[in-house]
Amino acid sequence: MAHRLGLLLPLLLGQLCSQLLGTSGDSMLHYWDLRADNGSWGPKRTQDNGSEVSAHTLLFSLDYQHVQVPFEITLWIMLASLAKIGFHLYNKIPTVVPESCLLIFVGLIMGGLIYSLNDKSPPVMNSDIFFLYLLPPIVLDAGYFMPSRPFFENIGTILLYAVVGTIWNAFGIGLSLHGICQVKYFNLQDVPLLHNLWFGSLIAAVDPVAVLSVFEEIHVNEKLHILVFGESLLNDAVTVVLYKLFKSFCEMPSIKPLDILAGIGKFFLVGIGGIFIGLLFGMVAAFTTRFTKTIRVIEPLFVFLYSYLSYLTAEMFHLSGIVAIIACAMSMKRYVEANISQKSHTTIKYFMKMWSSVSDTLIFIFLGVSTIGNNHEWNWPYICFTVIFCLFWRALGVLVLTFFVNKCHVNTVTRKDQFIIAYGGLRGAICFSLVFLLPEFSRKKLFIAATTVVILFTVIVQGMTIRPLVDLLDVTRRRETSPTVSEQILIRFFDHLLAGIEDISGHWGQYYWKDKLEYFNSMYLQKILLREYDQSKSSIVLLYEKLERKHAIELAEAGQLIHTPSSTSLLKIHRQKVKPLDQDLMDNIQEILTTNLYKIRRVVSFCS
Amino acid sequence: MGSRSSHAARIPDVDSIRRETGFSQASLIRLYHRFQALDRNEKGYLSRVDLQQIGALAVNPLGDRIIDSFFPDGSLRVDFPGFVRVLAHFRPVDDEDNGNRDPKEPEPLNSRMNKLRFAFQLYDLDRDGKISRHEMLQVLRLMVGVQVTEEQLESIADRTVQEADEDGDGAVSFLEFAKSLEKMNIEQKMSIRILK
Repeated sequence: MAHRLGLLLPLLLGQLCSQLLGTSGDSMLHYWDLRADNGSWGPKRTQDNGSEVSAHTLLFSLDYQHVQVPFEITLWIMLASLAKIGFHLYNKIPTVVPESCLLIFVGLIMGGLIYSLNDKSPPVMNSDIFFLYLLPPIVLDAGYFMPSRPFFENIGTILLYAVVGTIWNAFGIGLSLHGICQVKYFNLQDVPLLHNLWFGSLIAAVDPVAVLSVFEEIHVNEKLHILVFGESLLNDAVTVVLYKLFKSFCEMPSIKPLDILAGIGKFFLVGIGGIFIGLLFGMVAAFTTRFTKTIRVIEPLFVFLYSYLSYLTAEMFHLSGIVAIIACAMSMKRYVEANISQKSHTTIKYFMKMWSSVSDTLIFIFLGVSTIGNNHEWNWPYICFTVIFCLFWRALGVLVLTFFVNKCHVNTVTRKDQFIIAYGGLRGAICFSLVFLLPEFSRKKLFIAATTVVILFTVIVQGMTIRPLVDLLDVTRRRETSPTVSEQILIRFFDHLLAGIEDISGHWGQYYWKDKLEYFNSMYLQKILLREYDQSKSSIVLLYEKLERKHAIELAEAGQLIHTPSSTSLLKIHRQKVKPLDQDLMDNIQEILTTNLYKIRRVVSFCS
Repeated sequence: MGSRSSHAARIPDVDSIRRETGFSQASLIRLYHRFQALDRNEKGYLSRVDLQQIGALAVNPLGDRIIDSFFPDGSLRVDFPGFVRVLAHFRPVDDEDNGNRDPKEPEPLNSRMNKLRFAFQLYDLDRDGKISRHEMLQVLRLMVGVQVTEEQLESIADRTVQEADEDGDGAVSFLEFAKSLEKMNIEQKMSIRILK
């Protein structure tokens, strides 16, 4: 406990200072301004306007205005990061309370402090900042490291949940809330149907940031994880369309059926357009990295630049930015990884993780901060019913959709999985930002209050209880095994086998299309996008090289690289009884090691 | 309905095939049509050439081996029951099947063990019940492509056999093979939906 307070206290003081200096009134500002004009040091000159300037040299002065913006941003990020260290120092808490909850609490405290000192609402998270700066790193990280095999195997289910499920939720919540509004007792009758539907559309969407932060800690099996997570990413397209649709409906005097059809058409445009832009930028990025052999240092930059550009381009055309950036990351990954150096790969990985972690933390803290203030209208019946309906419609939606999925699919979703999918439908910062983007109509504060409560409820209550529930229900966990070459070979083997059987039985199934894509890839794409001599290195070989490298590094770090076969020794570390390395392989590995990041002192003992 | 039953009637021994493989009537009819489509000269059986005509199979690395699995024991023709028997391995596993099963009857063709046995046979060409390093090397050579040196292939084959081999005999027996596939959900992986 003491550690955390010790770390946070200077930060809080720093923040308070910045608040006081930055935003507080009148007389103080003038005083600092005068000083600011004159700069920080050096002898003073009398000013033209004849204002009072002291003649003596200023040894020390404060010029806060000059650095205000970057300074405050850095302080916020610093607060976020120190809070993160604080949580992990005190080990017990993260196992019970997920990190996101703790961050919201810190945000609440900060917000409370700012509010009490300044006596006005603390800075609300600007929707632009969220959508343009805070969200892309997280989604990029998610897309780049998305395991593509389970994703594409379950793509049908994911799309069904994301598209149909979100529409179902949106209309369900909107209509039932409208029903509640009709009840005279609650004093809500002036909320029109369209506004309710609009609110329903923005509260229905499951949030990837919240899902990621909670599911990361509970380690459920891969399929379940990818279902919930994939859904939370892809439903952005639907949310964008519904939100804009209702927005335009609100502005139009009357709604014709043609408009509704246009809405449906728009959905396809948004989704497919997003994918197309993502693929375009992904291919260009892969092509660019083909030529970066001589300037390895800026290779990571291309990955980030192209992905961000794809996001911004999609947002520019009012398409789904999230879908674009995911498509970009997934398409570019395969070719970029083959083209760039090992160091660049490590750099990309760590920068991405770092950025997404910072964004994630900032988002939750800002969520907490923005909760405090005068932005809310606490109409408790509406709020309670919103929470109830969110849970109810999600559960119902998952149940119905899974019924259809299990009929068509061999890969069934069990009851336990269904429960976790329904329970894991967390709402987060996207809803929050969207609700602030609503135009200023009369009951806006009601919606803001309802959104805040829903988000806090899902993140805190559902986030905290999902881990014990997963344990209680004994949901299949992720198997924590390291990848083996034989597994990789078997996976490939089955791919080919099933593609062949599908061909013989005349069925155009999953493996058929995968095969076709692989063929197209090897014939055309690889020739264009990969550097010349690196073409067609099979994934089996890549995995094998990676494992050998890892093994060799472990051996070297343990102190010896043995030249001749020795059956025992430090190979006890491995559960696999891998025989030691022969001469050719040794040379291969030493060559790999010299180009590697680690500089190990190689102690090669020649036993003759 | 009338036309359906006449279709089914055209398939010889349809009832015994259904019992053996567990396919539904509709699937059998569909497969019979496919069989006839593949059987170019309407011989009533399929030869190797007929299967090799399937374009996609020709570029499949395991294409030859899959075709060979249809012709067990060196025979040159496969009739419809034989054709269906192989495809029955890929039927999705239905939980109801296991409930009503008479324990004295042989295991259904699409049980986990039989699926694994089918896959095993694709590796183990000489049918000695073990996948030797040499056989693993051959499969690897098929799948991995041309840009890899022979030594690297051999090392990979070595490593693969070592990872799966538990009793240290340098070859992977059927049980070791089954064990290494424990984590993979074979019932779902080796199932093709329309073959219900």
